[in-house]
Amino acid sequence: MSTYLDFEEPIKELEEQIENTKEIGASTEIDMSDKINELQDVLSKKTKEIFSNLTPWQRVQLSRHPDRPYTLAYIDAITEGTFQELHGDRSVKDDKAMVGGFGLLDGQTVMFIGQQKGINTKMRQYRNFGMPNPEGYRKALRLMKLAEKFNKPIVTFIDTPGAFPGLEAEERGQGEAIARNIYEMMRLKVPVICIIIGEGASGGALGIGVGDKVVMLENTWYSVISPESCSSILWRSWEHKEKAAAALKLTSEDMYKNKLVDDVIKEPVNGAHRDHELIFSTVKKHIKKYIKELEKEDPNKRIDQRIEKFNKMGVWK
Amino acid sequence: MSWFKRVKEGITTSTQDKKETPEGLWVKCNNCKTVFTAEEMASNAHVCNRCSYHERIGSEEYFQIIFDDAKYTELNKDLEAGDPLKFEDTKKYTDRLKSTQKATQLKDAIRTAKGKIDGMDLVVAAMDFSFIGGSMGSVMGEKIARAIDEAIKMKAPFMIISKSGGARMMEAGFSLMQMAKVSGKLGQLAEAKLPYISFLTDPTTGGVTASFAMLGDINIAEPNALIAFAGPRVVKETIGRDLPEGFQTSEFVLEHGFLDYIVDRTQLKETLALSLKLFNN
Repeated sequence: MSTYLDFEEPIKELEEQIENTKEIGASTEIDMSDKINELQDVLSKKTKEIFSNLTPWQRVQLSRHPDRPYTLAYIDAITEGTFQELHGDRSVKDDKAMVGGFGLLDGQTVMFIGQQKGINTKMRQYRNFGMPNPEGYRKALRLMKLAEKFNKPIVTFIDTPGAFPGLEAEERGQGEAIARNIYEMMRLKVPVICIIIGEGASGGALGIGVGDKVVMLENTWYSVISPESCSSILWRSWEHKEKAAAALKLTSEDMYKNKLVDDVIKEPVNGAHRDHELIFSTVKKHIKKYIKELEKEDPNKRIDQRIEKFNKMGVWK
Repeated sequence: MSWFKRVKEGITTSTQDKKETPEGLWVKCNNCKTVFTAEEMASNAHVCNRCSYHERIGSEEYFQIIFDDAKYTELNKDLEAGDPLKFEDTKKYTDRLKSTQKATQLKDAIRTAKGKIDGMDLVVAAMDFSFIGGSMGSVMGEKIARAIDEAIKMKAPFMIISKSGGARMMEAGFSLMQMAKVSGKLGQLAEAKLPYISFLTDPTTGGVTASFAMLGDINIAEPNALIAFAGPRVVKETIGRDLPEGFQTSEFVLEHGFLDYIVDRTQLKETLALSLKLFNN
């Protein structure tokens, strides 16, 4: 059963109409193909219309769409069954909100890391809603260092509503864990590619988000705070999330325009959630292109460019 | 029946006959409410003589405490925030900046300076909490970056005095990236083998904790400062019960292994000088 957001309702209605028409055609043996073609035309026009006029808040809703693929789905599709998950931070435990391991990308070993959300209520709890604890970030760093040691490129998939703000997380140094990752990622000798596939919330995202290529899928968001929290702090109510989403300039388009990310990956016309195979192959193509580009550079030069890229970010007078 | 009876109701002194008490002569400890003269308080590094409560102070006070003869050269002091996102909540960001600058006489939430401590060179970046909660925007990132360049040029140690609620929302994505920007520069400082001292004061939270404040060669803090990634209110809402006593204080953070030592502000200069001597020697 697919889920439809409020602004996707016209699409749902048209899809239902097409289904009904097909059923009528099948049961009455009347040729309905003209009618079906006509409806499909309307559907594709309507889809285009809706998806080319999305508001920032609607993009945020899409980034959280329950039918959107999560990290492991991307990794499994891209590595075609060769992914071997590696567990644990070697200190406290294995964080289920952060996954990682080596896999083959058309024959080349790549380290894949990412926040993992759950696909149903039980799994969402198991994955802590994609909110890692410090040990998640430390596991990610351990795996990145492992990749560096064996000279394998790193790809991270970012999809988190934030680092977990719990009591144990504070005790075990959530701030230090994220800080250490940012610092160390800046100096990794291998190519690092970071892809925001859903939500990119603040430090929790940046904790695996420092790379030579930081790119966003079209319908994702990346900012310093979620629109809801921003609304509750600046407007003192949760009611202004649409306004906050617009003010934060958190869409892929705005982040690219402000030179805070390096690229935007186009999604299928009706969103990544409606065509998983297409988004998997598009993302794979991009990763291959980026790795090829980055591997040409000398590692030290790559690090200098990475530092310089972030050093340029900011506006002052 | 009372002994005295008020014949006339209310205040009877007319405004022009009112006697003004000169401002700034007396200060009250925020914790134990003991009254001191401002001079007494300043001479004790703005620490209460009675209960050791550390008043929140700004960059100027820290510079005066740390630098020899309170002499220093401020770096890039005219840097001001832009408004890259044309941000507006209940107020325009540009208006908020203007009114805060007027009220605080500061350009932004951080000042950077070079000077000497016990005769040794030192570059310091110190935050001002009075400026939009010490929030980190582009100016903070750029000033720290340039101060690190200066430290590398001078071959001097570098210190950040953190006092901040975290990232500045009005610069959204830009403020988030300052965490990465400063971390990159700290890597260059490390490559030059120069010590970085992170000094955490009340409060140090959010994006500042999750980046450079936790990355010192040594992390040190003032007593009883709030040091957190997520603030206490957020943690309390998350876990749905009361927080343990002393949660997220300097002492708590030291106990959990994320600080090297806690230093009373009255001992700050000599303790810091010893640390630097041990590195420099």
